[in-house]
Amino acid sequence: MDNTKRYERLRERYLNGGLERRTFLGLIGAAGLAYGVRTPFVREAFAATKQVRFDGWGGVVSEAFRKYAFDPYTAKTGIKVVDGTFGGADEYISRVKASQPGEYNIAHLSGVFDYARYVGLGLGSELNEANIPNLDNVIPKLVEVFRKVTDGKLSCVPYDYGTTGLAYNRKHISDDEMKEKGAKILIDDKYKGKIGGWSDWRTRIWFASLQTDQDPNNATDMDAVWNAIRKNRDLVLKYWTSGAELMSLLAEEEIYVTEGWSGRIFALQEQGHDIGYMDPPNGYGWQECLFVIKGSPMEACEELLNFMLAPETSIAVAEGQNYPPALDPNKVDLGKKIPTLPAFDPTGTLSGLTFANPTYWNGHEAEWSKEFGRIQKGY
Amino acid sequence: MSVERREARQPWILLSPALGAVTLLLFVPLLFIIVYSFWLRTASGADQVGFYLDNWHEALTDRFYRDILLSTLKIAAITTVVCAIAGYPAAYFIARSRGNKAILLLLLMLPFWISYIIRTMSWINILGVSGAFNTILIALGIIDQPIQMLYNQTTVILGLVHFLLPFMILNVFVSLEGIDVTLEDAAHSLGATRWQSFLEVTLPLSLPGLAAGGLLCFVLAAGTYITPLVLGGPRDAMFANLVFEAIITQLNWPLGSALSLMLLVVLGAIVLIYNRYLGMAQLMKGLG
Repeated sequence: MDNTKRYERLRERYLNGGLERRTFLGLIGAAGLAYGVRTPFVREAFAATKQVRFDGWGGVVSEAFRKYAFDPYTAKTGIKVVDGTFGGADEYISRVKASQPGEYNIAHLSGVFDYARYVGLGLGSELNEANIPNLDNVIPKLVEVFRKVTDGKLSCVPYDYGTTGLAYNRKHISDDEMKEKGAKILIDDKYKGKIGGWSDWRTRIWFASLQTDQDPNNATDMDAVWNAIRKNRDLVLKYWTSGAELMSLLAEEEIYVTEGWSGRIFALQEQGHDIGYMDPPNGYGWQECLFVIKGSPMEACEELLNFMLAPETSIAVAEGQNYPPALDPNKVDLGKKIPTLPAFDPTGTLSGLTFANPTYWNGHEAEWSKEFGRIQKGY
Repeated sequence: MSVERREARQPWILLSPALGAVTLLLFVPLLFIIVYSFWLRTASGADQVGFYLDNWHEALTDRFYRDILLSTLKIAAITTVVCAIAGYPAAYFIARSRGNKAILLLLLMLPFWISYIIRTMSWINILGVSGAFNTILIALGIIDQPIQMLYNQTTVILGLVHFLLPFMILNVFVSLEGIDVTLEDAAHSLGATRWQSFLEVTLPLSLPGLAAGGLLCFVLAAGTYITPLVLGGPRDAMFANLVFEAIITQLNWPLGSALSLMLLVVLGAIVLIYNRYLGMAQLMKGLG
């Protein structure tokens, strides 16, 4: 029975004397109130299936996604992509934790440790891989590490990879000096006040492990690591908190050397800045994925993931953000620019990159993030 | 219903939207924060519900938090003093100016039209190595190499003063506006110099405004985290940065809740002391 019919019956009962005037008006008022309260939420609920929220790293990365993936996807499917940004996965996880299910849908996460952490907090979903045929084009090694965490299933698709290496201003530091000093240049007194660093505890511990000649995935002398971090802190001008700040500090010559994200440094080089980039031995490799959060509209998300993994989209985004795509170079022709990007592996095996071991890093996350927070502030 | 009872209910009916908003947006979230502060963060990052005093024990006994809190209060106090010294003459000038008072007040309010973060970041373009200040000094031949001016406690205080100065000026201005100028004339007629009449008459009468501005500047400065994040170096963190880190970086909402309540209690105590000796009326005037 529709609402018009209900109203007509009610009115008839009132006119026939079956209802008091006060009861009739009360029922009409209550119906109006219920409709008024319901309508915006119902509209919102319907709208939710018409849009997908995507959160990423901002800057040139977001611009590339918007231009090469989201706008064409919306034009093709009619599904709007609302994109937001975050400065890091730690910050983002707090937002997701405070949100309602379905509010956040897809996140551009970095590292398998983030994947494991998000899944561990119950934020994982289960992708229907049949809806993502382009997943077949992805480097198998990148997919398998995620499968191991979630018992063979996937809550994400791998999307790109890169490194956090050493970025330096060639006007002040030569390539030879960088090769000679490697990660230890970040604790060289000669550059006091001209060194920068990411305020991320994992990165700081990774590079401190290199500075103390330890395996970054299995440091045994943590006292030496903390001391190296303290030494670095005393020489650092500024701990940067975003890719934009990293680029600004280097471009403005506030700092001469820092660790940096390969794609961002390539973007600086493209802009004409004489910034060198070097991955030291055991440099920090990472792979990024598009993680679908529990409670999201799965089919719409899977469709977007498949669209983003299509070679033409994936290559265009990779060229825009300067990180090699997760596509297997043995299966897909990646064009001319991608082979020139830092961290690119033409073999598709990624054997030359050292990735963070999720068990090792997540097992110490609570203790080390807190300890670094203190050391960072002079303790 | 009697007329008296209806009249007695009327203020509560009129106040109910505001009371509802305050309850929902302030007291209920505060209650959540209080409850959260007694939970624990597990190794996986999930919260363990229960009644644990661990966070409070850590927040109250760990020297790290105490030192940063004291440092925060020191930075807030310095900022307040600088705002008072810089703001009083400006407020006096506006209050005693004739004809162009509205324009001067408009100019004072202009910075509020720009985002606080943008205003803070603007100092990077002014004081940076390739910023305006260094460029001018090099162009004038005063220096050969740019001076490193950013990312220290001084720039944090500078950023805070930039943000808070209008609050101080407005409060002092309101106070000065309320002073009868004939009192100064009376002091002159009794032989006081201009300086003496200012010290003996105007300044004492404007002290409530100065105190209200001081309280606002102090509380706002002590609670900020953007300024030290943008303009500070590694050692210039303030207490709100610790709250931010506990909640955002470490995903330790229980500890972050305890720390934020600790800051709230300290700042609340300062407000209560102010209210006990000076009253909140002047503050309301300044804000109005």
